Amino acid sequence: MTAALQVEGLNRAFGALPVTRDVSLTLERGARCALIGPNGAGKTTLVNLITGALKPHSGRVFLNGEDITASSQADRARRGLARTFQINQLFRGLTVLENLCMTIGERDGHCNNLWRSAGSRRGVIDEALDHLDSLRLTDDALKLVRELPYGRQRLVEIAIALAQKPRVLLLDEPAAGVPSSESHLILDVVAALDPDIAVLIIEHDMDVVFRFAKEITVLVQGAVFTQGTPNEIMNNEQVRAVYLGQEDHRGGRHG
Amino acid sequence: MAASDITSATNRGQTRERAAEYLLQRHRFRLTEMLPWLIAIGVFFVFPDRMTFGSQVLVMVMFALSLDLILGYAGIVTLGHAAFFGIGAYTVGLAAARLQWTEPISGLFAAAIAAGIVGFITGWFLLRYRGLTLLMLTLATAIMLQETGNLRSDISGGYDGLPGLTFKPLLGVFDYDLYGHTYYLYALGALAVVFYFVRRIVYSPFGQALTGIRENVRRMHAIGSPVHRRLVTVYTIAAAIAGVAGALFTQTNAYVTLTVFDFDNSAKVMVMLILGGTGRLYGAFIGAAVYMVLEDYFSKLSPTFWQFGIGLMLVLAVLFARRGILGLFENAAEYFAKRKQP
Repeated sequence: MTAALQVEGLNRAFGALPVTRDVSLTLERGARCALIGPNGAGKTTLVNLITGALKPHSGRVFLNGEDITASSQADRARRGLARTFQINQLFRGLTVLENLCMTIGERDGHCNNLWRSAGSRRGVIDEALDHLDSLRLTDDALKLVRELPYGRQRLVEIAIALAQKPRVLLLDEPAAGVPSSESHLILDVVAALDPDIAVLIIEHDMDVVFRFAKEITVLVQGAVFTQGTPNEIMNNEQVRAVYLGQEDHRGGRHG
Repeated sequence: MAASDITSATNRGQTRERAAEYLLQRHRFRLTEMLPWLIAIGVFFVFPDRMTFGSQVLVMVMFALSLDLILGYAGIVTLGHAAFFGIGAYTVGLAAARLQWTEPISGLFAAAIAAGIVGFITGWFLLRYRGLTLLMLTLATAIMLQETGNLRSDISGGYDGLPGLTFKPLLGVFDYDLYGHTYYLYALGALAVVFYFVRRIVYSPFGQALTGIRENVRRMHAIGSPVHRRLVTVYTIAAAIAGVAGALFTQTNAYVTLTVFDFDNSAKVMVMLILGGTGRLYGAFIGAAVYMVLEDYFSKLSPTFWQFGIGLMLVLAVLFARRGILGLFENAAEYFAKRKQP
């Protein structure tokens, strides 16, 4: 079986500073993988390299066995690679429902149509509402995104990624910036994701990481420091020294 | 428990229905949208001696409408939109003066095609850039076209232009009268057709994607939108419409000079649009009409200092009507709606 996502020997530098060094990573279908590492380890850069927002200086990226290294970001998205951003990237001046309809429209190629009115596709609207229903956002459907509290906006961010019907989903700190009273909502959603989707999550909360992930990759200074199951990572003395530090891993956030 | 479950389920059903209804209804024609057209027809009967001026207003409305597509909806900033207006103006001008092609309606189509082609080619290269870079590059495009015309003044007539153009009667029947009645109705008809196209585009899924690009281009890339293709498409369409406006300008004035490519022209149409309100279709109508009527009024009031009046109006608009005149109306409507139901 081909892997859902395979990354081979990725390298990228900003000027003289190497930020991604020879990173290789494999996500099988339905994988639940976490990417952890101290601030500045190059986690978001790696996501940007995988999605095509940045071009690697060397190395290759495969999506379902196809080489997508040369593909544009939009092309990769259409092939089933979705992401959420660490800082919300939403259509803030549009309603939540429009945010979703737009995603579905681009996914299915409706947006090539200049003539038919957007409102004439009942199916798109219904599907958008289904996605909102599943994240309990239906009541906010007609609100402008910028009027929502940040935690709800994070849910819209995830709703958009799910509306893309991805086969590989990259979650860049889905609960970042959300008060802990609301973060469980987001983490519940993440835990309940379709088991067919391969998921790579970047997360600082070790509770979440150890609960969610079946495999963990530790990134330090742009390079893969070690990979393994949660148990192996938890008991790895070097990881504890480098990343988890002196504090008990249950102590929560790295800071 | 069971009863409350059922009510919450029906509530959710209602909420869903209301939300869906909003999108299903949005593109429907509303009665208030009749207003600008009724006014335009009313003007025809009330001011029969001001029809030439009226035609110029309609031309600028169409020009501003084309800018609204790219600036108001897709968020493309440009200071060179006059380039396409000029291409259209010179297409019919040169066709009439050099080729004796004086049939007006086919002239509009020719102008649309010529301006559209230039829009497609320049858009393909320029729309990789955004913000200030794009502003400078579009400005440079218009100036380059103007200088090309100046260089070949043997063909274009240079800054003296192509005076005294004559066009065939409209549809072979309606000749042009001294007071411009025919022209006014002709321009109004052309504007109605163009407006119908623009309105369809704006409410289409493609139009939605344009607002998406305006709101957040990074997100558009991430959901798989071919952003560059979308921008080039809308830029080409807007260029073609600006070309039609330019062609109407030449036909109503019966002359054209290289000043149509002026930076002034690009800036003026942008000011009109912002004054009326961007991204709202009807902002172009209000902005162009208010600007031109005030310009006309001030210049009669004080032939030397009329620009002071325009400047003052712009300062007031920036201070108190950031979303344009239409934005003011929307605010007022919201205010009264709130007062009605405390």
